[in-house]
Amino acid sequence: MSADLTSEGGHGAVPTGPEVPVAPAPALSRRDWPLYEVFVRGKRGLNHVHVGSLHAPDDEMAVHAARDLYTRRNEGVSIWVVQAADITASSPDEKDPMFAPSGDKVYRHPTFYDIPDNVPHM
Amino acid sequence: MPAPVPDRPATSDEAALQARFDATIAADHRIEPRDWMPEGYRKTLIRQIAQHAHSEIIGMQPEGDWLLAAPSLRRKAILLAKVQDEAGHGMYLYSAAETLGADRADLTDKLIEGRQKYSSIFNYPTLTYADVGVIGWFVDGAAICNQVPLCRSSYGPYARAMIRVCKEESFHQRQGYELLMTMMRGTPEQRAMVQDAVDRWWWPSLMMFGPPDDDSPNSAQSMAWGIKRHSNDELRQRYVDMSVPQADVLGVTLPDPDLTYDPDSGHYRFGAIDWTEFKRVISGNGPANAERIARRRAARDDNAWVTEAATAYAAKHAS
Ligand SMILES: [Fe+2]
Ligand SMILES: [Fe+2]
Repeated sequence: MSADLTSEGGHGAVPTGPEVPVAPAPALSRRDWPLYEVFVRGKRGLNHVHVGSLHAPDDEMAVHAARDLYTRRNEGVSIWVVQAADITASSPDEKDPMFAPSGDKVYRHPTFYDIPDNVPHM
Repeated sequence: MPAPVPDRPATSDEAALQARFDATIAADHRIEPRDWMPEGYRKTLIRQIAQHAHSEIIGMQPEGDWLLAAPSLRRKAILLAKVQDEAGHGMYLYSAAETLGADRADLTDKLIEGRQKYSSIFNYPTLTYADVGVIGWFVDGAAICNQVPLCRSSYGPYARAMIRVCKEESFHQRQGYELLMTMMRGTPEQRAMVQDAVDRWWWPSLMMFGPPDDDSPNSAQSMAWGIKRHSNDELRQRYVDMSVPQADVLGVTLPDPDLTYDPDSGHYRFGAIDWTEFKRVISGNGPANAERIARRRAARDDNAWVTEAATAYAAKHAS
């Protein structure tokens, strides 16, 4: 029985073998709160950065929940929440052919140009 | 126990995807939610992350039992913050599991139905206030050993959640140890209380790392996928080596007559672990299994009206 237990359960060993089901069951009581993605500005001068997600009944509750969940220790000065369903992504895959053309345009980078060492301030 | 089924790409398309996945893992780059991934990888991660989340959520209960009985306002505030953090850890992890296609409410249902598990350590009762300190020191200490390598997990959302969690765990361990130091400066009764808690929690803490390596056949696959970074025994040894000097400073005795320093290896050798107890507790027959699940079920069911009210309010104001 102990065969499929792994310490990688974080707070203690948990079974990771096929006897543990993962497919969502057809739910009787599934709650229908939308999924929100949360972005936090760590401090003034920084961009908002994605930190995770949560479920909330509406936008205002999402902000409150995000505050409790992601900024318990002054991790932020501003929060954005947006429904995950409203995000448009570049493609279904993280490695996107959309970005391939920029790979061969090395002349867009300053290191492409050889400048003699004796030229100051460049 | 069925052997793990290796993921076999069915078509040449899939072979190309598999090759790209393998190359990403080999380069120690992260897999992100929208990447193609083998079904086995996805399922193993959901099991691991969901049950890690369950452990955080159920883990609030043994310490939560002492919130109203904490001996001072200072201790109460600390314990409240700690228990609240564990709720946060559970939420970060459910959030990561959802990026793999799991459904948060469904995972909670699976926990309550006993189809998914949580760490066996939380099935022991907290008999005295010293248990709060020992949990912080031992249980959160062991969690740190487990979780620090997970910050490099090959699955991006899990690794990022772990970084956030690890930043908070250090407070958990230190508040526990400080609490125990305070009790050890107290009366003989208080010192005895600490030693008693140490005696009860030490072995279950060692079991947190899972069965010995020669009894963990799936580890190799998880290692290859970069979702397991160290073997169970490696992590356990690291934990024992860290804990022994901490026990010395505190002035308690770890309940293991076989515990000795081995100068050749630089490690502490420890006695045999009672795996039958571990098996008994994780399969549902520990001292507090039924109570833990009953309370989680009550939290879901008794608070359903809050969920419904918030939903109704949101619907009314959306129009
Ligand atoms: Fe935690
Ligand atoms: Fe913790």
